[in-house]
Amino acid sequence: MSSSTTPTHAIDMDNISRGAATSQLEDETPCLEVKNLNLFYGEKQALHGVDMIIPKKRVTAYIGPSGCGKSTLLRCINRMNDLVDSVRIEGEILLDGQDIYHKSVNVADLRRRVGMVFQKPNPFPKTIYENVAYGLRLQGIKDRRRIDEVVEKALKGAALWDEVKDRLHESALGLSGGQQQRVVIARAIAIEPEVLLLDEPASALDPISTLKIEELIYELKDKYTIVIVTHNMQQAARVSDYTAFMYMGNLIEFGDTKTLFTNPREKQTEDYITGRYG
Amino acid sequence: MIRHWFQSGRPWIWFTASAVSISMILVFGLLLLIASRGLGHFWPSDVVEFQYTEQDGSTPVLIGEIKEGEEVTAARLRDAGVTLASDDVVTRYLVKIGNRDIYGQDFRWVLEPNMRDVRKPEDLVAVERWEWGNFYGYLLAVNEQGAVVAEGEAAWPALQERISRASDIQAEIQKLEKSEIGAINYGMERIRLAKRRLELDNDTDPLKLAQLEEERAELQAEYSVLQKRLAELYQHINRDSMTMRIADGREVEIPLAKVVHAYRPNAMSLSDKIGFYIVKMGDFVSDDPREANTEGGIFPAIFGTVLMVIIMSIMVVPFGVVAAIYLREYAKQGPVTRLIRIAVNNLAGVPSIVYGVFGLGFFVYFLGGNIDQLFFPEAAPAPTFGTPGIMWASLTLALLTVPVVIVATEEGLSRIPKAIREGSLALGATKAETLWRTVLPMASPAIMTGLILAIARAAGEVAPLMLVGVVKLAPSLPLDGNYPFLHLDRKFMHLGFHIYDVGFQSPNVEAARPLVYATALLLVLVIVALNLAAIAIRNRLREKFRALEN
Repeated sequence: MSSSTTPTHAIDMDNISRGAATSQLEDETPCLEVKNLNLFYGEKQALHGVDMIIPKKRVTAYIGPSGCGKSTLLRCINRMNDLVDSVRIEGEILLDGQDIYHKSVNVADLRRRVGMVFQKPNPFPKTIYENVAYGLRLQGIKDRRRIDEVVEKALKGAALWDEVKDRLHESALGLSGGQQQRVVIARAIAIEPEVLLLDEPASALDPISTLKIEELIYELKDKYTIVIVTHNMQQAARVSDYTAFMYMGNLIEFGDTKTLFTNPREKQTEDYITGRYG
Repeated sequence: MIRHWFQSGRPWIWFTASAVSISMILVFGLLLLIASRGLGHFWPSDVVEFQYTEQDGSTPVLIGEIKEGEEVTAARLRDAGVTLASDDVVTRYLVKIGNRDIYGQDFRWVLEPNMRDVRKPEDLVAVERWEWGNFYGYLLAVNEQGAVVAEGEAAWPALQERISRASDIQAEIQKLEKSEIGAINYGMERIRLAKRRLELDNDTDPLKLAQLEEERAELQAEYSVLQKRLAELYQHINRDSMTMRIADGREVEIPLAKVVHAYRPNAMSLSDKIGFYIVKMGDFVSDDPREANTEGGIFPAIFGTVLMVIIMSIMVVPFGVVAAIYLREYAKQGPVTRLIRIAVNNLAGVPSIVYGVFGLGFFVYFLGGNIDQLFFPEAAPAPTFGTPGIMWASLTLALLTVPVVIVATEEGLSRIPKAIREGSLALGATKAETLWRTVLPMASPAIMTGLILAIARAAGEVAPLMLVGVVKLAPSLPLDGNYPFLHLDRKFMHLGFHIYDVGFQSPNVEAARPLVYATALLLVLVIVALNLAAIAIRNRLREKFRALEN
């Protein structure tokens, strides 16, 4: 099992995919199933018939050049694209066998189950404590002791507790970028979602903060199904178990990370990977 | 050389900078002018006595304060029918001779060449009175019940002592009349209305009637006690008087009940004058107006202005914010919202008197009339809300300023980063929850900016108020100790209208002019204070909700 693999942080392409799953995609329990998903922004089609199965409690990475639709696909999973006026979506995404685009689905409930972390850290202009407690307060939880516990647990889960435990009631905006991003992650895991979507979570951060976030992703996959978008292939290689390569709105190749990076099936994948490194 | 200078762009800098300088000079010049004209009014200036040669050859002695002087050509004066020896420019002075009850007017112009023997005797007394303006003369004696108790040098300290006694009694009388008897009258009126209400409802429950009667009897008893006490006080206050000699040698007796201050300006040192000045300024901001608003203070007007602005703010902010939220967050952006925005912006440009007419027609007559019919039938035919009052005035101004709040709030909402909204939505918040918990608090500095602009516009507005609630003299403040404390149906006084009233409607123009400046200065100060308060709140909010900087 992947969880037994020792993590290494050096950028070492020989030791690609430290979390590489030994098992095959077919053996995994599916968490999300994307079925023939088409997405249009007005007239323009941004996703073309995407089909994929995202396994439970694994890290799945989307890679691909800018504008390939990887973020769009990610944002479909918690229906963030609903906010865009002209968007039209066909096909289905099943979360534990249920179509999240079905009429009966409450979007707020769905987003409670599918958390998301964005590219730029976006803490609210509140205290660290209030940021993490935000989701709980939304659920109407008022018990102070319970909130205290959850906040502590979430901050520990986001590997931030030791750094901020003495300044919980100071503004989250006073933290460094990396710390802010971990507050945002803590905020997301405080409400215990099933799936965690990470949209280029480290792209606005310095290398050390990036390393911390990657380490965190590695720890979080024990509990959450993680889907991460990254334009950094080394990062995808380091943190993910499975990788999907997208190009021009099409899912070109999807498989376990090690195979995809070392022995890609498709020519386009190989060009992209080698083009980047070569 | 010149062309080079033009190309360098320096002329443009000079041009723009001079525009700024001119604005600054105008603003400070305006403040300086109203401050100097207005604040000088309270200074106890020296009183002069001189012999004056009138046109008919008589030479009376005049006493008064020289208020202003100007140079006039002799030719102009000759045209006006004045015989003059000199051919040159002549100085003439405006002298406040006071004693309006005796002379009929308290200001007159005198020509400098006709003044002889100008002196400033130390024992000249200036008296500020509750009625008839100032009095100038020499103190001869202080009397008690008509009998002289002090004369000569001893009269002055005795006078001061007795004046302060009279003022204390005066204050007590005012308190009794205004607040205590006022409260009883208010209670009586309520009982009358309650009885009428029972009649209208055909409720003949004798118990209720008896209870009302009992309450009325109680009030009546209280009233007779107060009445007795009041009669006593009037007796006391009329005990003392003083005998004064005026410029032409006549002797006049003035009851001390009519005296506010008596002072000897020529004998006062600088520090005495400063002390007196501060007392007068204090009176000005804390007293009620007297003598058709030309004397006394302007407290009710300050109070009315501030209260109206506060009520307006309470009404305009929620309304404007809610409208802006719909327009920015919920409405589908398109031609319709664009049209609404244009309409809102144009609403801000409608002349304010038009709002006044609307307020009178819609709020006062239609809304107020219907409210009276529905809720206050017992007061009919006297209107309760169907007449101009502070609520309608505030509402009219809220309508006038709501576009400003809408525009500012929309601006603020559009500046909240999308990332913050998405962050909240991604945690399972609905759009409304996101708005309430995150977006609106972050937009609150912008909302405050809108409120600041609204206050600046509303506090200075006069024209619409004249139609919907401001009066020259309001008998009682809209906020007092009688239940329900805030009387939204009452008329009120306003600094802006006060300026207009004192300046243009006053029978005594010369006396009123400095008050116009002083009131104008105070209006500016009140607006500045209201704005500073709002700005302080905004800055605190800004600090709290500092948006993401990266």
